Amino acid sequence: MKHALKPSQYAILIAIMLTASVGDSLLARGMAQVGAVDVHHLGLLWHALFNPYVDAGIVLLIGFFASYTTALSWADLTFVMPATAFGYVVIALMGKFWLHEQLSLYRWAGIGLIVCAVGFVAGGPSRTEHEALDRMDAGAGPL
Amino acid sequence: MTLAPWMHVWSAILFVAALAVAGEVLIAAGMRQLGDLDDIRAERGLGGAILAVLTNTMFVIGALCMAVNFFAMLFALSIADLSLAAPAIASLTYIGNAIAAKMFLHERVDRRRWLATVFVALGVVLLTR
Repeated sequence: MKHALKPSQYAILIAIMLTASVGDSLLARGMAQVGAVDVHHLGLLWHALFNPYVDAGIVLLIGFFASYTTALSWADLTFVMPATAFGYVVIALMGKFWLHEQLSLYRWAGIGLIVCAVGFVAGGPSRTEHEALDRMDAGAGPL
Repeated sequence: MTLAPWMHVWSAILFVAALAVAGEVLIAAGMRQLGDLDDIRAERGLGGAILAVLTNTMFVIGALCMAVNFFAMLFALSIADLSLAAPAIASLTYIGNAIAAKMFLHERVDRRRWLATVFVALGVVLLTR
């Protein structure tokens, strides 16, 4: 079946890496402007909906969920997993190049490990093929 | 019986990670059942594809697990340090996902994928230091 990914499928994987990390960062930035929300100030959550950073963050996280769901429709969970972890690398690199944060040796090592993990998985097939799953797919398919 | 504080913290961490694993595996199982979304979209349009996803029982239960996971995470972070809870939950979720994908989704988790899982779990811990 599928060993090579189509360009549109690579685009989905890249969207997973970017939307989660950039979306989280935008939410964090927006919520820092809104202020701390606790049980006694739940009204602030309503207020947060009018913050442009929070709105952009929510849109990107919806995009993440859509891309993640799409990827799982043609790839294994253990194939997509390193792509979601790559979001941590994107956040660390954004901190380094946009906010000029210093990255410790530990964090560089973490980046290295996740990049290797993506490499390991990308070299193999995206979907497990064996009879049981093929039967499951065929039996439960939409058509 | 009263639990030691560290047991409270670790039970919360394990609970949040278990919810995330359950959610992700159910969503993955639901999507596998549906088949390639690109094909569904080509045939029934974007609305049809969204409808197919939202009416898949496993997907919906999985998404509910993720929603509960979100609030459980807020609770866990209120009793544990962020610097412990965030990397611990992320790492355990990745390792739990690989084990659950092998057990329940029958994915072929070969040496490459185990190695990737361990690297990701370690990498996440190092990155949040």
